[in-house]
Amino acid sequence: MERSAKRDVVVTLIVSAILIAVMPMLIGTYTLTVLVIYGMLGLSLGLIWGFGGILCFGQAAFFGLGAYVYAIAAVNIGESTLPMILAVLLPGAFAAVLGAVMFYGRLTDVYLGVITLVVTLILFKFINSTAGPQYVIGDARLGGFNGIPGFQTLNVPGDSGAYIWGDAYFYVCAVALVIVFLLVTWLLRSSFGRIAIGIRENETRMALIGYDVAARKTVLFAIGAAIAGLAGALFANWAEIVTPNLFSLGQSAEIIIWCIVGGLGTRLGPIVGAAGLAYLKFLLGQQSMIDNTLIMGLVLVIFVLFLPRGLVPAVGSLWHASVGRTARRRPANRRMRRARHG
Amino acid sequence: MAETVLETAGLTMRFGGVTASDNVDFKLKARELRCLIGPNGAGKSTFFKCVTGLLTPSEGHVFMRGQEVTGWMPHQVASLGVGIKTQTPNVMDALSVHENIWLAARRFFTPVEAVARTDDVIDRLALGSIARTDLGQLAHGERQRVELGLVVVTDPWLVLLDEPAAGMSAADVDRMTGIILEMTRSAAVVIVEHDMQFIRSIAETVTVFHQGAVLMEDHVDRVMTDETVRRVYLGKKA
Amino acid sequence: MDISFVILVEMLYAIASLVLISAGLAVVFGMMKVINLAHGEFMMMGGYATITAVGLGVNVFIAMLIVAPLVVGLIGLVVERLVIRHLYGRLVDTMLATWGLSLVFIGLATMIFGNTTTGISTPIPGFTVGAYQINGYNFFIIVMAVVLVIALYAVLKGTRAGLIARGTMQRSDMAAALGYSPDRIYMATFFFGSALSGLAGAILAPLVGLVPTSGGAYIAKAFITVIAGGPSLIAGLVSSATSFGLVNQIFTFAVSPVIGEVALLIAAVILLRAMPQGITSRFFKGKL
Ligand SMILES: Nc1ncnc2c1ncn2[C@@H]1O[C@H](COP(=O)(O)OP(=O)(O)OP(=O)(O)O)[C@@H](O)[C@H]1O
Ligand SMILES: [Mg+2]
Repeated sequence: MERSAKRDVVVTLIVSAILIAVMPMLIGTYTLTVLVIYGMLGLSLGLIWGFGGILCFGQAAFFGLGAYVYAIAAVNIGESTLPMILAVLLPGAFAAVLGAVMFYGRLTDVYLGVITLVVTLILFKFINSTAGPQYVIGDARLGGFNGIPGFQTLNVPGDSGAYIWGDAYFYVCAVALVIVFLLVTWLLRSSFGRIAIGIRENETRMALIGYDVAARKTVLFAIGAAIAGLAGALFANWAEIVTPNLFSLGQSAEIIIWCIVGGLGTRLGPIVGAAGLAYLKFLLGQQSMIDNTLIMGLVLVIFVLFLPRGLVPAVGSLWHASVGRTARRRPANRRMRRARHG
Repeated sequence: MAETVLETAGLTMRFGGVTASDNVDFKLKARELRCLIGPNGAGKSTFFKCVTGLLTPSEGHVFMRGQEVTGWMPHQVASLGVGIKTQTPNVMDALSVHENIWLAARRFFTPVEAVARTDDVIDRLALGSIARTDLGQLAHGERQRVELGLVVVTDPWLVLLDEPAAGMSAADVDRMTGIILEMTRSAAVVIVEHDMQFIRSIAETVTVFHQGAVLMEDHVDRVMTDETVRRVYLGKKA
Repeated sequence: MDISFVILVEMLYAIASLVLISAGLAVVFGMMKVINLAHGEFMMMGGYATITAVGLGVNVFIAMLIVAPLVVGLIGLVVERLVIRHLYGRLVDTMLATWGLSLVFIGLATMIFGNTTTGISTPIPGFTVGAYQINGYNFFIIVMAVVLVIALYAVLKGTRAGLIARGTMQRSDMAAALGYSPDRIYMATFFFGSALSGLAGAILAPLVGLVPTSGGAYIAKAFITVIAGGPSLIAGLVSSATSFGLVNQIFTFAVSPVIGEVALLIAAVILLRAMPQGITSRFFKGKL
């Protein structure tokens, strides 16, 4: 166990070092940066959904919240370190409260879906309606549908004049993703992560063993939200503006599509799905023959129907089959997404 | 006199118009082995669910070792040291036998100790050959045995087993009988069963449920020969 | 006096539009335990069907009440055969697939109709009560909602199809046991549910400027109204539409329309937390 954990870390570091070195030769760092950020956002949902069985239709809420918290704090503080920290902590805290409300109510999948979706909509509607000058937090005008532009972007901690931008910003984001990935790996190997997977598989059994299922789901949900919040803050820095669209249903749908296409129950799947589809969208954006939304929708439908386990597990089992080893067990046989309903 | 570890007073559970559990007074002493029998739909599982917190009783009280646990959540009841096997198999299908049992052990022990105990239980239940197999791929009897393993590994002082022998081969039942008898050295055990042969082989006191209420409670020999029980039970079964 | 009349009409209108918005989704969910997240887009297509038909010279009421339900019903039929039918019993997968479909329809509508707002004018003139102007079309919507509820009730209570439907709602294996093919029942249900969505979209179209993304405004409201309604189809629909409609209007009057919307959504979260199985799991038990 210990040795395989070390190997995991080493492999992760080597592969990501190679990718970070090679990718900028293929794709511009400006585009790469946002792919990396989306990868982190995908990972945040992949963690709670794929390993915790928590169906969240509103992961965009925490993404948007992270971005807005960063922007508002940056306007007020004028230095980026504390805003970055707040952008992780506040979405996490918000999710902890929301999660406690939902999980202690023993709500099942569908209801979880409804509530997370509705919460996203509330935030969207509320932020959208804050165009008036009376909506200010400190020095920051919320700006309604126009969003908040012109906040302090990432700087070297302690030196608000030393901006980190361009290629340097890409490396910061990439390293952040690698760190988050390693933390998620560590979490899943820990008792907490293994218990979370047990809960995904059978809540009743885990409760009968004596685990406080609601508390554990709440914590996992908050961790996922904190990661989404970090992604949101990084996105705010990249876009240099935050708008209510970050909270939109379309954004939530996209995160879900990334996870399904990449593969739930894997750490890599949601990252690959996010970066891959976002890049596809970027390429598609340069043509006007076929509508972008239509293609994303088709991708989702086709994957749900024909490749419900997603790309990474499928490629994984192909690989193992061809190499002749027994296919590594994938827990994500989608039972987790079936509600105890009909 | 041994201490009373489980007691219910006037336990009643209604589902709409159905009274599935009707004013049940039940007492169990430490290290006692008790069998519950009764025709299908008699309310045995409902009684279990009320005791374990899976259902909140409409009326009445549940006490464990003198402490009132009425309305507690299942994890709180389990955390007291109560081992529970439900009627429908409740296991983690996508995880291996080893992982399943480890998760149960981990609740009360450190990771290292949990591994040791898991290995020990796997030996005792003769699960070694399938230790790395996913539960989803096992036969029904094997799954039952693993679920028993989940219960045993935590060293509970109260064990509630809902139809543990269902779907097991004769050899499996024999092995399980051994394990249950071993458990009674440290735990009080309540078993719901339909398999009369099994009950004869193991039980002393038997409680008979009928239409949610306790019909009689006596030594197994007297229960087996009782006219009312025969009528209630066989009348439905035959 | 005048103001209270106006407020009453506004309240009824809010409730009625929630009933209309949710009816199609409620029928499909009640019968098939399927949540169609493309429901909003079905309504959007009902709107476009109406506008297109009117553009071709069809009478506006015929376009709304006949053309739109038929067109959308047929689209629903195709969707059921191609996608939904492969996912029965997998609630979450159905939600995901229909969410994908909703994006497909948004994309298609954008390609066909463009990303601009189109609309038709309301075919019923307004009138004044004292100093207040009342939108006559609101009355039409209230009437349509009442008619719809009564018709649903009559069909479910009074016809053979309704009997089968009620049986299916109680126990999905019941109809099969009685010799009716569940496949055909589901097909018919989905057609009927989609037609209702199309109808609602058509009726509401004159009130809103139509864009391909219009459906998004409906789906969340429909979704929560249906889920909060719980197991009884009609009682659930009416009771949750009433609760949410009232909350919405009270906050709209007291604060602002946006806060009215937000209050509605917050009420939904609270309601679901308090009654996870919906209103009719606690009240109006056993009603239709
Ligand atoms: N959740 C529920 N809702 C409504 N009725 C229920 C529910 N659970 C159980 N019942 C009813 O309560 C009664 C007792 O059921 P229970 O499962 O406790 O019986 P049992 O003695 O365990 O039967 P078996 O031997 O078949 O397992 C039955 O009539 C059953 O239909
Ligand atoms: Mg039972």
